[in-house]
Amino acid sequence: MTEYLLILVSTILVNNFVLVQFLGLCPFMGVSNKLETAMGMSLATTFVLTLAAVCSYLVYTYLLEPLALTYLRTIAFILVIAVVVQFTEMVIRKTSPLLYRVLGIFLPLITTNCAVLGVALLNLNRDNNFIESILYGLGAAAGFSLVLVFFAAMRERIAVADVPVAFRGAAIGLVTAGLMSLAFMGFTGLVRV
Amino acid sequence: MAFVKLSSPHAQGARRTSQVMQWVILATLPGLLAQTLFFGWGNLINVVFCVALAVAAEALILKLRGKPVGFYLNDYSAVVTGLLLGLALPPLAPWWIPVVAVFTAVVLAKQLYGGLGSNPFNPAMVGYALVLISFPVAMTTNWAAPEGLTAAPGFLETLSIIFAGQQVAPDTFTMATPLDVYKHEISASLASDVRQLPMFGDWVARGWEWVNLAFLAGGLLLLWLKIITWHIPVSMLGALAFMSLLFGWNPDLYTPLSLHLLAGATMLGAFFIATDPVSAATSRIGKLWYGAGIGVLIYLIRTWGSYPDAVAFAVLLMNFAVPFIDYYTQPRTYGHSKARRGAPGKNG
Repeated sequence: MTEYLLILVSTILVNNFVLVQFLGLCPFMGVSNKLETAMGMSLATTFVLTLAAVCSYLVYTYLLEPLALTYLRTIAFILVIAVVVQFTEMVIRKTSPLLYRVLGIFLPLITTNCAVLGVALLNLNRDNNFIESILYGLGAAAGFSLVLVFFAAMRERIAVADVPVAFRGAAIGLVTAGLMSLAFMGFTGLVRV
Repeated sequence: MAFVKLSSPHAQGARRTSQVMQWVILATLPGLLAQTLFFGWGNLINVVFCVALAVAAEALILKLRGKPVGFYLNDYSAVVTGLLLGLALPPLAPWWIPVVAVFTAVVLAKQLYGGLGSNPFNPAMVGYALVLISFPVAMTTNWAAPEGLTAAPGFLETLSIIFAGQQVAPDTFTMATPLDVYKHEISASLASDVRQLPMFGDWVARGWEWVNLAFLAGGLLLLWLKIITWHIPVSMLGALAFMSLLFGWNPDLYTPLSLHLLAGATMLGAFFIATDPVSAATSRIGKLWYGAGIGVLIYLIRTWGSYPDAVAFAVLLMNFAVPFIDYYTQPRTYGHSKARRGAPGKNG
């Protein structure tokens, strides 16, 4: 039980995928201009990340390993992720057309979100079993959502601040992300992995 | 400026920003006095040095941006940033640590966001966290030992340690902080044995207890003058005490509550750092959440993390959450129905 809790604490706070491991920065900078959009994006990413972690684990354990095709894992995972994203896109299109329009290009781009592929590959590296893989994906997604939503709320405020012209937009966004990363360094040592 | 911009009724206080800042400066004086009495001249020198640097950095950036320098310097916010850094940095840290910390604080964390009123993070704590991560050895080994435990360096000797790079052998003038010592010693011995160490004194922790009580007194003055409200300090200290009683009730395993409250930067953090009106939450409920978050994070990082004190990180992490907290705790505006989930109401 404790180790499951540690996996969650580790992926959400200590080894946060965005602020500590620097994965998934494109949606982090791209979809964080408005809080509502960021929430939609974080829900979609959570869904995809968890499902992709599960599917890639199943594909690796029951398909690639028995057939001795483990060298194909990267390409197989990309395929699995693309399928899951396509499925999510269809679901969102039918259930929430508004969110579908707002997310726009960033929805199919979850496919290329390196955090998704990162989770699938890191699961292999860490020899996670089935439950651990699910929790690892869920924790990564929760950590991503947490910082994305907070960051979006903060950027709405920075957008109206008197920032020097040279630093407006993405520049001050990256400075803010850097300062947030600095704050997350405080969690170092909370979980020893 | 900061007070007009964020919270909605736009009530104008009787005090100007500069007067508020001057009162804050006055309220830190008892703490500074206690630090000088118990830890030597280092803190006083640090404070003067940091304030001078902060004002210079602010003036430089204002000049570069073509803003009226005198007008903005008159709000005393740069002085407060420098002052807080001077109080927080180790008394015998070499001169380049305050330089890096102050320039990060004033230039990166404050002026880059448009100056006072727009900075999302507490500038002093950004500077502090940056030097703590970058120079961990210099930051953790240069705390002066409390008065009476070791030979105390005189005024000129302190100056030469800070500015001329005079080497100090460990434990001649310096010592690890009580929080650090307790956390490491308790894994090997019992509370009653750790308590026998001279640095813990008769009561809580030699010197530190008086510094914290002096900051508490200064904080109560600010409360009495209504410059800060009770929400943040009370919820922060309450959350810290709650966590400490819940998880750390056994002093043979964990740091006891008395050390948590009186041996670190807790009181300085609760009354002077967390209550920064720009980077803290604005509504009353928001302030309670914000303060409680800081208290819980301080306990988590101090107990299970690798840093002995955690006020800077906890404040920065909650600063990061402030816009989100504010968004969901908007108070009802006069004449409107209750705001739903932060969305503007029908009339708004």
